Amino acid sequence: MTEPRGVRAGLELVRMMIRMHPGPFAIAVTGAAVYAAAGVGATVVFGRVTDNVVLPSFDGEAPSSRTLALAALAIVAVAIVRMLGIVTRRYFAGMFSERVSRTLRHRLRDRYLSLPAASRRNLPVGELIARADNDADVMVHVLHPLPFSLGVVFLAIFSAIALLMIDVPLAILSFLVFPTMTVLNRMYTQRVEAPAALVQRGVGVVSSIAHESFDGALVVKTLGRAEQEADRFDVAVEDLKGHRKRVGYLRAAFDSAIGTLPYLGIVAVIAIGVFRVEADAVTPGELVQIASLFTVLAVPMRVFGFFLQTLPPSLVAHDRITDALALPVVDEPVDVRPVGSGPLALATTDVHFAWPEAEPVLRGINLDIPAGEIVAVVGSTGSGKSTVCELLAGLLTPDRGHVRLDDTPLRNISVEDRTNAIALVFQESFLFADTLRANIDLPGTATEADFQSAIEIAQVSEFIDVLPKGLDTIVGERGVTLSGGQRQRVALARALVRKPQVILLDDATSAIDPQIEQRILDGLRTTLSATTIVVAQRLSTIRLADRVIWIDGGRIAAAGAHDDLLAEDGYRTLVTAYEAAR
Amino acid sequence: MTAPTDHTATEPKLGDDASIDALDSAPTTQGGAIEILRRGIATSPELTIGLRATVMMGLGVAVSRLVIPVLLQRAIDRGILAEGGVDTGTVVRSAAVIAVVVFAAAMVSYITTRRLVEASEATLAGLRQRAFRKVHQLSIADHNETRRGVLLARVTSDVEGLARFAQWGLYAWSVNPAVLLGTLLVLLWYSWQLTIVVLICYAPVIPLLRWLQKRQLAAYDRLRTAVAEMVASFSETINGLPVLQAYGATELGRRRVGDAVDERYDRAIVANRYMSGVFVVGDFFGALALAAVTVIGVSQADAWGIGAGDLIAIMFLTTLLLEPTGELAETLDQTQTAVASWRKILNLLDRKIDVIDPEPGCDVPAGPVAVDVEGVTFSYRDADPVLRNVDLHIPASTNTAIVGHTGSGKSTIAKLLCRLADPQVGEIRLSGVPLNEVGGDARLATVRMVPQDGFLFDATVRENIAFGRIGATDADIAAVLETLSLTEWVERLPKGLATEVGERGTNLSVGERQLVALARAALADPGLLILDEATSAVDPETDQVLTRAIRRLSEGRTLVSIAHRLATAEAADLVVVFDAGEIAEIGTHDELVTAGGPYTALHAAWIGSTE
Repeated sequence: MTEPRGVRAGLELVRMMIRMHPGPFAIAVTGAAVYAAAGVGATVVFGRVTDNVVLPSFDGEAPSSRTLALAALAIVAVAIVRMLGIVTRRYFAGMFSERVSRTLRHRLRDRYLSLPAASRRNLPVGELIARADNDADVMVHVLHPLPFSLGVVFLAIFSAIALLMIDVPLAILSFLVFPTMTVLNRMYTQRVEAPAALVQRGVGVVSSIAHESFDGALVVKTLGRAEQEADRFDVAVEDLKGHRKRVGYLRAAFDSAIGTLPYLGIVAVIAIGVFRVEADAVTPGELVQIASLFTVLAVPMRVFGFFLQTLPPSLVAHDRITDALALPVVDEPVDVRPVGSGPLALATTDVHFAWPEAEPVLRGINLDIPAGEIVAVVGSTGSGKSTVCELLAGLLTPDRGHVRLDDTPLRNISVEDRTNAIALVFQESFLFADTLRANIDLPGTATEADFQSAIEIAQVSEFIDVLPKGLDTIVGERGVTLSGGQRQRVALARALVRKPQVILLDDATSAIDPQIEQRILDGLRTTLSATTIVVAQRLSTIRLADRVIWIDGGRIAAAGAHDDLLAEDGYRTLVTAYEAAR
Repeated sequence: MTAPTDHTATEPKLGDDASIDALDSAPTTQGGAIEILRRGIATSPELTIGLRATVMMGLGVAVSRLVIPVLLQRAIDRGILAEGGVDTGTVVRSAAVIAVVVFAAAMVSYITTRRLVEASEATLAGLRQRAFRKVHQLSIADHNETRRGVLLARVTSDVEGLARFAQWGLYAWSVNPAVLLGTLLVLLWYSWQLTIVVLICYAPVIPLLRWLQKRQLAAYDRLRTAVAEMVASFSETINGLPVLQAYGATELGRRRVGDAVDERYDRAIVANRYMSGVFVVGDFFGALALAAVTVIGVSQADAWGIGAGDLIAIMFLTTLLLEPTGELAETLDQTQTAVASWRKILNLLDRKIDVIDPEPGCDVPAGPVAVDVEGVTFSYRDADPVLRNVDLHIPASTNTAIVGHTGSGKSTIAKLLCRLADPQVGEIRLSGVPLNEVGGDARLATVRMVPQDGFLFDATVRENIAFGRIGATDADIAAVLETLSLTEWVERLPKGLATEVGERGTNLSVGERQLVALARAALADPGLLILDEATSAVDPETDQVLTRAIRRLSEGRTLVSIAHRLATAEAADLVVVFDAGEIAEIGTHDELVTAGGPYTALHAAWIGSTE
């Protein structure tokens, strides 16, 4: 942050937000105007009641009960109008800012949902949440005082004209408060923008530390690291506190300074005005009038001061939201072509891939998997098997080369067709904090027959009976209330229920015990009609395959039937380690 | 004073929101607003530090707000409108005096606000820190049943909800009633009869605000729940993004987050209704009071001996009541927000801790640990027991494998052995010392578990391994990697030990994360090492290398491995077979494999899968 941006950027921001939801904004401004008018009205009524009712009554002119009633009515009526003005302004100003923040949150949501896998990797989740939660709140803070500021503008104009009509030199003297205010505001903005930015950043840091730490709560417990985690959090909190205090102190100074302006204005006006009276340029009555006009002017000045005060934090929050909205999005497919029905062929040509700022994972993968084939992908830990799966599923885009489904490059296939055709079962099964049924049938459109068959093959039916509410049992976030094996079975059912044309199993049965796994594999073998790519560790799974692809060092080291590959030393050592040890 | 005073009547619909989160669905912190406020303030001692002096200064500012108009009026009456023409000297002198008062008031106001900022920021930070610590003390059952986002909201949004109250609340509750009282006393000095009239007019304000306050509190309570829900939906959707994208279900995520955002909006709008309305309640009755004072004052002036000047002064004082009343209504609103936030945070802070480390705790003798599990029954909350009357005795230095079907209770016994939870019935002893009498540090030094999910922190591989033991050196890390035969693997990583693993360790493959987690536990050199499917995602070759390494590692300690890859069981001294929460079989591999029991079947399936 170099040059403080000040009011101009602030007004630009405000205009942008007004364009989002002009309706409630306009009503709120109207409410503020009504309030301001009623404020003037109340002064008038108070004065007239004093002059025409109260004072005469002490001069022996007892007012009629009708006059008294009218006076009372006028007082109450003007108060009611004023109230309506306040309620309208506050309600619609609140609605206005809530609507803007809702719109911002919707936009952020859409952006987050279309983040490509490669870009998502190094974004702390807590940071993304902070933008959608705290930043969206802070960005609209400036909108609360806005309608009031604008609604009272005409009060300012009214008193300015009245001042000019009474005495031009004194009016000009009064107007000096405005440049003073500008100077004060500039001093404040220059100082507050940097710490305000640090506050918003600090909130993001606090949020991402907490999110990560809570996410790993079990590991924190097993490592006994609660105290160290708390220390790490304390540092971030203390940091945030320091920045917030700096902003708070600056606000306190600005607020106190702005608060003196109307009073100092009055003092200056009467101190100098009295010489104008001596010079017979104005009458004493006119000077009194000028002083009271200044009291009217005090309200808009205070409100405008508050608006100026909230501007820098809102600008900073806006920057952070703008950054988040500029995150990359997944590439839209072009020249979309349809894919065929039944099992589909899958192929890759010279696929290279590296995660951002990292060594290449894959260096030229050429695959040709005919429709209906069952292929096992084998490789040592960290060899890039999962990356291959994500590339084949179109979740990652190769840096070089391309992936073809049914002989059509993935970039020419619509997202809907692609995701309908290919089902990837991840190595780490992610379940939502929802019922098992909802987790399995994500779109909620599966037929009962498909559903039953999916949970049958995935052996979910084997354990649902012991769950308190069967398929309606709500699982914990990430599925933590289930065992690892149960989670994997649910994730498998989720893929099967879609009746995919291509299924990718990324070591998807690693936590399932051998007996159950055997039943699952038997089920897959007999009922599944899909091109199947399975990342496998165990021979049972490998044996399921027509062909084995052995990945080593980011390349395909060998491909062929399992028995043929056994001739390769590296392959044999890798896959037959268990029986070799026996 | 219009403080919420009712704490006997039942609160309307608090915490009734259907929530799937344990922390939100079972509010332990009930009671009225005053009760929450009292407890909230008690848990935030920072809030009241130096408050008395701050309030005294605040009263000074409030007095200046009354004095300045009076001085101005005097300058006008005795200077500008002086009988016999303008008195320039008086005006200039008064102006100077006013200027001095204005400057002084601004200075005091600045210092007051600074002090309030100081206190409120200390309050917020303190509350965040206490809530964070508490989250890590929660039982695993609470963690399992509460979404991360809800916990996150407790230390972020909910604390922010207190911000305005923390700064102005107690101050405003102190200063405004004083101003109100002062004004009323002056009013009383003018005319006790008209003071009564004013009080009667204002009287309905109290029951009305109390009525509103309860609804307002309920509205804010729902808003807080909706905010946490929104945070949780963002969190879960971003975490589940790979699944949503792979299954073309981003629309589902869109809808879920959208619904949560809209719900939060709806709740905010309802709360906004009260926020807009409460503020003007005082205005209306204030206008009634002014009208009544005018009418009654005029008609009773003679009878009550009120002069013209007096009546005008009384009318002016009546309008002066408006500002503190309005501010009190505003404060009442802030207070409700704060009470709703506090309720959420207190709900967390009040949550019962299942596992409390004894102070002072016993030590466990160094070296290999003998494990005795006696008559242990365990269930999560009120659910059916996961373990039933389990007796298990593992001699020190034994390499034990626990096997069994998914859901047989084998992971649960691992959690109990490292005291992530305590059994409802029965006892666990380590080398003869009851586990619940072992001190926290001693337990950590003695027992280490490697969970199935190889969660890593967003740091380097080196740091993640070093988390295993405080004060571990690079040499220690190198040694442990060497023991586990992982040196070569680490060297192959892009930056070796300095490789950043990313959030949850996502820059590494699932199998690699398990390797780091294993090294981390081994570094602690515990007398009892528990591996819960700790190598499920690594390739067979690595797994076998690790099995050999772990066998070396198990020398001089007791090792309990939970595994379904029966290679582990084949290499163990003792095999324990769990079935439906009970021990079905126990013995050596050679005994069990031919016994014809459940292990024989499990093993046959394993052999089938590896041949």
